[in-house]
This record gives sequence, structure tokens and C-alpha cells, in this order.
Amino acid sequence: MADISFEKAMGKLDTIVSELEGGDFALESLIKKYEEGIKLVELCRGHLDKAKSRIELIKKDKKGDFVSKDF
Amino acid sequence: MNVYTVTEITREIKGMLEETYSGIWVEGEVSNLSKPASGHIYFSIKDEFSSLKCVIFKSYSKNVKFDVEDGMKVLCFGNIGIYEKSGQYQMYVDMVEPKGKGALHIAFEQLKEKLYKEGLFDESIKKDIPDFPKRIGVVTSSTGAAIKDIIEVSQRRYPNIEITIFPVQVQGDNAKTEIAEAIYDMNIFNEKIKISGEKENPIDLMIVGRGGGSVEDLWAFNEEVVARAIHDSDIPVISAVGHEIDFTISDLVADIRAATPSQAAEIAVPIIEDIKDRIDDVFTSLERSADIFLENKFEKIVSLEKRLNLMEPVNALLQLEQKLDETTQKLSTYITQYISQEENGINYIQEKLNILNPVNVLKRGYSITFKDGKIINNAASLKKGDEIVSKFAEGEVGSVVG
Repeated sequence: MADISFEKAMGKLDTIVSELEGGDFALESLIKKYEEGIKLVELCRGHLDKAKSRIELIKKDKKGDFVSKDF
Repeated sequence: MNVYTVTEITREIKGMLEETYSGIWVEGEVSNLSKPASGHIYFSIKDEFSSLKCVIFKSYSKNVKFDVEDGMKVLCFGNIGIYEKSGQYQMYVDMVEPKGKGALHIAFEQLKEKLYKEGLFDESIKKDIPDFPKRIGVVTSSTGAAIKDIIEVSQRRYPNIEITIFPVQVQGDNAKTEIAEAIYDMNIFNEKIKISGEKENPIDLMIVGRGGGSVEDLWAFNEEVVARAIHDSDIPVISAVGHEIDFTISDLVADIRAATPSQAAEIAVPIIEDIKDRIDDVFTSLERSADIFLENKFEKIVSLEKRLNLMEPVNALLQLEQKLDETTQKLSTYITQYISQEENGINYIQEKLNILNPVNVLKRGYSITFKDGKIINNAASLKKGDEIVSKFAEGEVGSVVG
């Protein structure tokens, strides 16, 4: 699965849970959807843990390029 | 006799006027407004009885913070002079103030009306902000309380959030230009990140604002150039001009309005613990719905199995056997009953026969009387001297009728 955004992952998760709660389909589909759901949960948790805080000031130099400085 | 030339008399009058009437305020109603391409503004101010021609030269026009319109009641500051060529006296106006409401207020109303008509305030064009931003941009002063509040609130809610500040003047003459440029720059900055392909997070939303202050202090956030920059921004904008009650034009154009910079951070940044809880809840729902799903399937299997078992040949055979047994039993019962009934019938007849049996009758003491071998049942058929035989249950006796 590609690295999709947090919002998309949560959206897909909600869909899968609804499908499982309402639907009636083959056992194989169940297993597939459940596994996909687990992967999405891990992805979402990953998004939360991966990040690292950074606070910076952006200014433009003489050439007009952006320069970053810690705040 | 002193004869003036036209120029001489004009000059003298001009001198007198300019000396006496400089630096004065005149109040009247604007009429005959003309704004030619030169940038000078020509109009008259009048009251019930008189009117006075006025001109605002281009170099002074930036002192006019609102659009002068016919019919407006204004106060003009400047000097009276004469345009020698035409001999016309007029007022050279350095500054105009609207009578009643302040210039700023009028400017505000005019700009608000204009932008509203253009649709800049429409709800339908306002963007949503992402639920879970990883990087927020801030356009504000790098000193001051606003940025400190934003950082503190943001980090408290989501410790790992990235904050990127584009510092600007938030009051003074240059403020509006710097703010507008910073908003455009931030969008360019984001574009560069996207095309660079590096694993850097683009900015998800921006907060534009400042802490509290007077109406004049906040004025940059009512300027058209700032409003347009906010409108043009692809990055969603939260406006946070620390002025709790009134709305600035930035507030109206922005995608979301916050009353203060702290509130902006609260709107922008979710509480990470809440998000973690939400993920956990979804995970639990996922497991539970999978469980329920499996349980349902299992129940179905069990019930199908039951039905299947009922259909099995062995079972059918047993059932038939059982039926046979039952039928046999019924038959046997029926036959027994029938026989018993018949027996009862026979017994009954037999009883009757027994009662009627002559031997039994004799046993009860009766006898049969024979004469000449014939049974006599009528005494009248006997006369005296007849010989009769009496047969008893046991034995017989001969006798003569006496």
C-alpha cells in the first residue's frame, strides 16, 4: 500500500468498518478487508509517531531564495 | 490715478487670500467630483447658499484614506488660493476627512462593500482545513505575544508539529505590503517543496494575525492588498487578528476566523491524544465487527448442519423404522382389542346358552316327563293309569298317574 495521507487512511478505515458491520460476503473477502484495516491502523499510528517537531523562521535572501533559521 | 493691470490686481488679491486663509478647515458637501487620469481630484464643496471649488493634487491624494463621493459631507483642510489664469479662487486641499464617521471607517465600509460584491466573502469558496496538519505556517511578528501563544498552544496539543514562521511587521505603513507578500511567499514556498520531491512536509494551513491593539494598530488587516492575498492563497488561511469582537476584512476573506492567535492554534491543531483514541476506537470496531461477522457465519454453519443432519439417509431410515414400529404397535393393539371384543361377544352368548341348556335346567330341579317316549308338557294330556317316565338331571323314574 502506498503511503497515503492520514485523512485518507482514516477515511478508508471508516469505510471498511462499515462494510464489515453491514455486509454479507465471502470469508476470503473478510480476511482481505480485515488485513487491509490492520495495515491502515498501523499507517495512521505511524503518521503520529514519525513526526519531529521543528520551529523555524523563513526569510528571503538577496537572490529571493528562502532561507530557514531556527526560531 | 493708480491703474492696475489684471495680473497686478490678481496677484495682490492672491497674496491677501493666501496670507489670511492658509491652514484652514472648511466643511461642506461634495459635488461635481472629477477624477481625471492625471491623478488630481477636482470637486466643489457647497452648502445651501454657496460653493467653493477644490482641488487635491496627486501628491496629496494618498492622504485621503477613502473614496471621495458626490453627496458626502466632508471637512477639507488646506489653503485658499487663486488660479491666476482664470482668476478663479479655489481651495487647495491637503487632507479630507468625512464628517461624522472617521475616514478609516468609511474606507472600511467601502472596501467591505466592494469585496462582498466580488464574492470574496462567499461561504462556498472557503476551504476546509485538514484534520491532522503536520506543518503549519504563521504570518505574524517574530516578536510579540501572538507567536509565543501560537507555539505554546500548538505544541501542547501536538508536540511533534512543525511550525514555519514568515515574520512581518504587523502595524505601520509597511505592514500591509509585508503581510501580503508573506502570504504569497508561503504559497511559493509550498510549490517549491512539492516540485522538489524531497520528503519535506508541505504547509497544511496558515495562521495570519497579531495580538490585540487599537483600531489603527490593526489597520493593515483591513487593507485591500492583504485581503486579495488571502483570497488568492491556495493554502487555507485562519485569520487571527487579536480583536475579540469586531471583524476585520481579513477575518471576512479568510477560510476560518479566530478571535485570538491562541484560538487559531486550537482550531488548527488537534489534540494528539484524541486522535490516538480515535485510531484505537476504530481498531476496536474493526476487531469487533470482524468477530461479529465470523460469529454470524458460524451460526449459519451450525444451523445448516442441523438441517443437513435431518436430511441424512440413515436418519430417514431410522425414522421409517420408527414409523413401522408405531404402526405395528397400533395394529397389534387394534387386533387385541378386536379379539377381546369378539371374545366378550362369544362369552356373552355362551353364558346365555348355558342358561338355556336343558341339562342345566334339570340341574336346577326340573324334570322332563315322557309318555311313550314323547315329552309331555301339558298335564291334561294324561289320564289316570298312564305310565310316565320322569327324567331327572341324574337318572330316571317310572311312575303311574294316580
